[in-house]
Amino acid sequence: MAATAHMTLEEIRKGLSWRKQLDKLFIAIGMALLFGCLAILAILFFDLVRDGSSRFGWDFFTSFPSRKAENAGILSAAVGTMLIMVVTALVALPVGVAAAIYLEEYAPKNWFTGIIEINVTNLAGVPSIIYGLLALGLFVYQFNFGQSVLTAGLTLALLILPIVIVATRESLRAVPKAIREAAYGLGATRWEVTKDHVLPYSTGGILTGLILGLSRAIGETAPIITIGALSFIAFLPPSPVTGEFPFLNFEWLRSEFTAMPIQMFNWVSRPDQAFQANAAAAGAILLGMTLAMNAVAIWIRYRFRKKISW
Amino acid sequence: MTQGKTQMAQGAFASLHYRKTRDRIIEAILLSAGLVAVFTTVAIVFILFYESSYFFEHVSVKDFLTDTMWTPLFADARYGILPLVSGTLTVTGVAILVAIPVGTIVAIYLSEFAPHRLRETVKPVLELLGAVPTVVYGYFALLAVTPLLQKVWPDLPGFNMLSAGLVIGLMIVPYVASVSEDAMRAVPKYMREGSYAMGATKLQTALRVVVPGAFSGLAAAYILGISRAVGETMVVAIAAGMMANLTFNPTEPAATITAYIVQVSLGDLPHDSIGYQSIFAAGLVLMLMTLVLNVIGFFLTRRFREAY
Repeated sequence: MAATAHMTLEEIRKGLSWRKQLDKLFIAIGMALLFGCLAILAILFFDLVRDGSSRFGWDFFTSFPSRKAENAGILSAAVGTMLIMVVTALVALPVGVAAAIYLEEYAPKNWFTGIIEINVTNLAGVPSIIYGLLALGLFVYQFNFGQSVLTAGLTLALLILPIVIVATRESLRAVPKAIREAAYGLGATRWEVTKDHVLPYSTGGILTGLILGLSRAIGETAPIITIGALSFIAFLPPSPVTGEFPFLNFEWLRSEFTAMPIQMFNWVSRPDQAFQANAAAAGAILLGMTLAMNAVAIWIRYRFRKKISW
Repeated sequence: MTQGKTQMAQGAFASLHYRKTRDRIIEAILLSAGLVAVFTTVAIVFILFYESSYFFEHVSVKDFLTDTMWTPLFADARYGILPLVSGTLTVTGVAILVAIPVGTIVAIYLSEFAPHRLRETVKPVLELLGAVPTVVYGYFALLAVTPLLQKVWPDLPGFNMLSAGLVIGLMIVPYVASVSEDAMRAVPKYMREGSYAMGATKLQTALRVVVPGAFSGLAAAYILGISRAVGETMVVAIAAGMMANLTFNPTEPAATITAYIVQVSLGDLPHDSIGYQSIFAAGLVLMLMTLVLNVIGFFLTRRFREAY
């Protein structure tokens, strides 16, 4: 303190200009790191698209995997991924939304609710491959679902459940208390309040959460490998829609499958350069799908936010 | 007239009774959905212990924890988890050496210095990067970063932990930066203003007021980032090699716990072999490692939420 008191004006000015220089230096470093990282990633993505560009074409989408790189395509992988996503969405949406409604609208504040909440937070941090081991032990061995579309869909549904729950809770919380109280005032029960008033307002947030969850699930490779997905599948699962009554067929749920990220992994791990072009093309398509899903999610959030004014 | 009213009231009561019963049933259904989360956690713990019990009947816990060789797929099978743990820790070490400094500086820049519009543009981009499939990052590590590193070190093997670690680090930078930025923004404005009033510059305020104020949030970001690196699978399975190797030298190839699980899953070992069962034992170790990190992260996050 005493030293400061004896500093001349000159010294203080010098110190100040030095400190201001440091500020500028830090801004330069911060910007360099931020844009450096973004640039590296942009270059890598650009590289991926360029490496795969030779493979983009109708044949790539309509061909099964093949021993010859130039004949190989992603038909079985793309169909597999779509079917898995259907199962995942159909399971994760109702369970996730119901759990979120319970935690946000019904649950009393006690230790039991606390346990559920800690579990949701913890599950979000469990490595995805552990979900794969869970599914292998539970769905494949105990429930005998086999290494099927159903097992993969359920596994990924459990994986994205925390994402759906957290997103749904946030959008439920954003609905003003006054709306609930007005409905209670007219004699509505808790479920009527939730179903008729709270849920319609939170649809945007719930959809956003579901799509973000699915965009995570679509790229997950490790858990699906662990349950034993095959990487070489040259057939399609039986069609869900049939010509005869009852027009629906659930055989596809028990079918073996492959998926986009697995196909890509299989191609990356081959030393042959021609297959790496396939891997790049599959990766670019996968990347395009996740980015598109995220864009849709952001758009939905934006639209619903604009439509609702309290 | 009076009779009609009574009837109506009775009807209303009956319908109220029905609605209340329906509410109770629905509440039970909603609760059971919430219990799925608890059930999943219990199932993970149960399955990992149950399936690895068979493994531990054949391999003593002492050998598992102290043997320095991991060769379950060889004729001379040895089951020491240490080489897989060393691989996991080495890759994680490289990753956090990238992610923590870069993530923190980017977060400080975004939270304290960047113009409002830049921050609002960059934050969604960071979140978008978190959605990129990890198998794509694996492709980058093997086919872009390793060849680049080999230009500097021609001796670097085609599979190595360095490249996998660098890419994982780059991959978790957005996560660390985003969570750290949230933590720093939660530090109230008046603390910064107090510091400015004392004559501190922006950088001094950022480093001596905001960073200490957001400490538990930053620590949570780091720990959850480490937990992600430990559990990361595809990048290491693609780029770091599949051979267990007791080393902390990142320029060598080595398998991590996750890469080993992938390797066995891709092979055609019968389900009842010890080699196959060993993935559950490895998974158990992985789960315990990430669980400890996540619990610490959970309490740190809660602390920084409650702090202000």
